[in-house]
Amino acid sequence: MDQDSHIQVITRSSIPLWRDERVIQGIAQILSAVLVIGFLAFFVGNVLQAARDRGLSLGYDFVSQSAGFPLAESVIPYDESMSFGYAFLVGILNTLKVALVGVVGATILGTVAALARISPNWLVSKIASVYIEVVRNIPLLVQLFIWYFAVFQGLPLVKESIQWPGPVFLSQRGIYLPAPVPTSTFGTWVIFVGAGVVLACVLRVVLGRYQLKTGRTTYPVLTSVVVLVALPTVGWFLGGGSPLVKDVPVLGKFNFTGGMQLTTEYAALLTGLVIYTGAFIAEVVRAGILAVDRGQFDAARAVGLSNAQVLRLVVFPQALRVIIPPLISQYLNLTKNSSLAIAVGYPDLFFVGRTVINQAGRAVPVFLMVMAVYLFISLTTSVLMNIYNRRIQFVER
Amino acid sequence: MNRNLSALLVVLSILSVVLTACGPTECPECPPCPEAGECPECPPCPEAAECPECPPCPEAPAAGEQRLQIVLDRGKVVCGGRTDLLGFGYLDADGKNIGFDVDLCRAVAAAIFNDPNAVEFVPLTAAERGPALQTNEVDMLSRNCTWTSSRDAQWGNFTVVMFYDGQGMMVRQASGAETLEDLDGATVCVTTGTTTELNLADNFRGRGLEFTAVTFEDTASVYNAYEEGRCDAATSDKSQLAAVREGFANPDDHVVLDVTMSKEPLTPAVPAGDDQWFDLVKTVMYVLINAEELGITSQNVDEMMGSDAPSVKRLLGVEGEFGQADLGLSADFAANVIRAVGNYGEIYDRYMGPDGDAFTLPRGPNKLWSDGGLVYAPPIR
Repeated sequence: MDQDSHIQVITRSSIPLWRDERVIQGIAQILSAVLVIGFLAFFVGNVLQAARDRGLSLGYDFVSQSAGFPLAESVIPYDESMSFGYAFLVGILNTLKVALVGVVGATILGTVAALARISPNWLVSKIASVYIEVVRNIPLLVQLFIWYFAVFQGLPLVKESIQWPGPVFLSQRGIYLPAPVPTSTFGTWVIFVGAGVVLACVLRVVLGRYQLKTGRTTYPVLTSVVVLVALPTVGWFLGGGSPLVKDVPVLGKFNFTGGMQLTTEYAALLTGLVIYTGAFIAEVVRAGILAVDRGQFDAARAVGLSNAQVLRLVVFPQALRVIIPPLISQYLNLTKNSSLAIAVGYPDLFFVGRTVINQAGRAVPVFLMVMAVYLFISLTTSVLMNIYNRRIQFVER
Repeated sequence: MNRNLSALLVVLSILSVVLTACGPTECPECPPCPEAGECPECPPCPEAAECPECPPCPEAPAAGEQRLQIVLDRGKVVCGGRTDLLGFGYLDADGKNIGFDVDLCRAVAAAIFNDPNAVEFVPLTAAERGPALQTNEVDMLSRNCTWTSSRDAQWGNFTVVMFYDGQGMMVRQASGAETLEDLDGATVCVTTGTTTELNLADNFRGRGLEFTAVTFEDTASVYNAYEEGRCDAATSDKSQLAAVREGFANPDDHVVLDVTMSKEPLTPAVPAGDDQWFDLVKTVMYVLINAEELGITSQNVDEMMGSDAPSVKRLLGVEGEFGQADLGLSADFAANVIRAVGNYGEIYDRYMGPDGDAFTLPRGPNKLWSDGGLVYAPPIR
């Protein structure tokens, strides 16, 4: 039988249009684009129409008006005569202050708690479990209230502050520490510090490479740390007069003047956030460690590495692959949860935004600004962490 | 190859149809005008040029003029207030809303529905009350809100000052402070989003004094922090300070300084854009004040209906009229109001009088103008 003439070769170009995948996909994409854009246009149009109807102004001209309201604390000097825009900037810096310190603290606490939870020591493991389970299941706002109103407000009154050597004063109003004030010899000391840092890095790299190449132990980390500490110390005494002077807090009629202050609001917010996010990070880290094949651990022990070395050199590098993506989420959560500062009176971005709305009367523009800033901070964190993530991925065959 | 090309052509033609449908091809429609005024005609489109914009319709309140109808249809007045300030807006033992500001809302409800309970209360924080008024979320805001020029321009219409107050400072008796100068360097607790916050800064800066402000969103946290010792002083309207002081564990340990830092005319407000509703609420307030001037109380309103005084007869709707129909109210709405909540003096004394439920505060500037105070209402005629 002559089959050739009856066989129709199916090529892509002979598929009818109505069931050609590429055409269908193209049309679907166009339709969904139209739908999405239509939706957005409807909502934006609705907001603009409503604002016009009610005479609400959507401009940003209020940003240069004088703020008029005080803020409890700020990283940069601020007083009431400055503009709303400047107050907003103070809010952003306050949020960053909490977020950056919080992220570092929560990571350390989370890692320690995770390692404690998978420790073979029963008591340590149980304590960690209880901490993680209790903290994860109580809402953050409740925890912040407990920290602020129960714990930190329960500290003694300012006039009866606890004094620690330093002098460090602990009271209801916060922790007062002596502040370092640079003197005339500060510049030369900074040069010594800079030289120390550079020399330490160089030594670490050079000695490390030498150790790898020849196999002789040269203690690269130890040497570089010694250099890092020794050079600035030498520079302190060589500079002639000490480069930093202590500014001691002194109790006046109502408050301490001088020194540095960590307010109770900041301390309560930071503690609450670190402990709450630390519990979540602990679970993420634990998941990462458990995801590493048990065989890796056994093989590393068989080769003769100690438990600590196994963790540091074999388990953690592999666990990081699994840890980093959810860790990014936890960092973003911490940054956004810092907006609960409004409940404890810490003037962060959201708090300042709310006050500006009330004093300037512009809800929509201010909220857009607040959202934009949070979005920017979160996206930056994501991007940086994802760069790190990509570096630690392994290429699988 | 032909198939590819025809596929591409089909896609392109669909795209072009979609885009042309979205683009402007004809004159945009003139927005519809309400009955009050003709819409100007849309000028015809010249060829291949931009369609000119329709000129705006003459001013005729679109969403306004309808609030009374909305309230009637709903069957109750939505009143923005608070439930945490003794004397002005708080809850009694049964969970019912009571207070000076609350009774003003009940007066409006009694005027419209002859039922002081036809009210729905929406508790608002200081930061929320402006936006709630701007977005028409409430029919009336009665929440010890200071009338300022910027708020009048931005939030809504402020009706009649019902409580003349001033900003004061509360400190501990033990601190020995008597004037603001004694508080140099102090920490002061204040609620955020209030004129109090701004006045505090102005007063201290104006006198060259230093202070640290600790601000919270909700009032309870402010006074909690003050009582715990976090702050050396707390500042707010003197009426609020008096109210809060009663609630402290040891009221006698705290004293309100004899310093007035600002004018605080507390005024109920309504959303902007509806003149009839604005006038209605104002008239109810005038009725309360005039009733006290004329000596009509909730106890004697029924017998006063038979009085000979023309002003009394007019107020109670027995004879003559003063615009009730234009406001959409019944002729005897004033009698209903007074019967339901009493006159201004009764409302004041109920919460802040010598036998007041909350605390005792001398009327001071809140006395009638005839007694030397500032409470003055236009005549009812």
